[in-house]
Amino acid sequence: MDITIVFKIAAVGILVSVLNQVLVRSGREEQAMLTTLAGLIVVLFWIIQYISDLFKTVQTLFQL
Amino acid sequence: MEIGQIVIIGLISVALALMLEKHNPEWSMYIRIVAGILIFFIIIQKLGILLEIAKKMSEKIDMDFVYIGIVFKVLGISYISEFGAQLCKDAGESSIASKIEFAGKVLIITVSSPVMLALIDIISDIIP
Repeated sequence: MDITIVFKIAAVGILVSVLNQVLVRSGREEQAMLTTLAGLIVVLFWIIQYISDLFKTVQTLFQL
Repeated sequence: MEIGQIVIIGLISVALALMLEKHNPEWSMYIRIVAGILIFFIIIQKLGILLEIAKKMSEKIDMDFVYIGIVFKVLGISYISEFGAQLCKDAGESSIASKIEFAGKVLIITVSSPVMLALIDIISDIIP
């Protein structure tokens, strides 16, 4: 639960956008799309845990 | 110094989100979500202390705890619905955001309906 997760997401985002542009320029649009999808899934997996933590904490704190 | 931590987390996330906004806007949304959750987890300990204080005060003035519990529930629902609605608005989907807000309002009214019923009972007792 600290700031490194933000840096991780930003790093993956920058990497994916660079890879995407390189692959699009070299004419491999399908692989570019797959790269974007892979990065998206990785980041979504990180975020889902955080969101479920948030909801659990709110539930226990406010006795919902 | 929690406030320093919170401000720095906010500023760093804003800078990273702005950097990613140009090429792929959906990534800046993930950064916004994570920044919101991080700030919430920093502040949640203090919020727990506040709720404890509210409970103690309700015990001291000899108030029914059910009503304080309803207030806490309303607080939680409004916090979560506001969180989701703001994220949707930031991503430019204000119609979904307004639907989330509407759902939050309906849930708040259903949670707080015992209080309204008690109020109506009191009024109908007073007025013969």
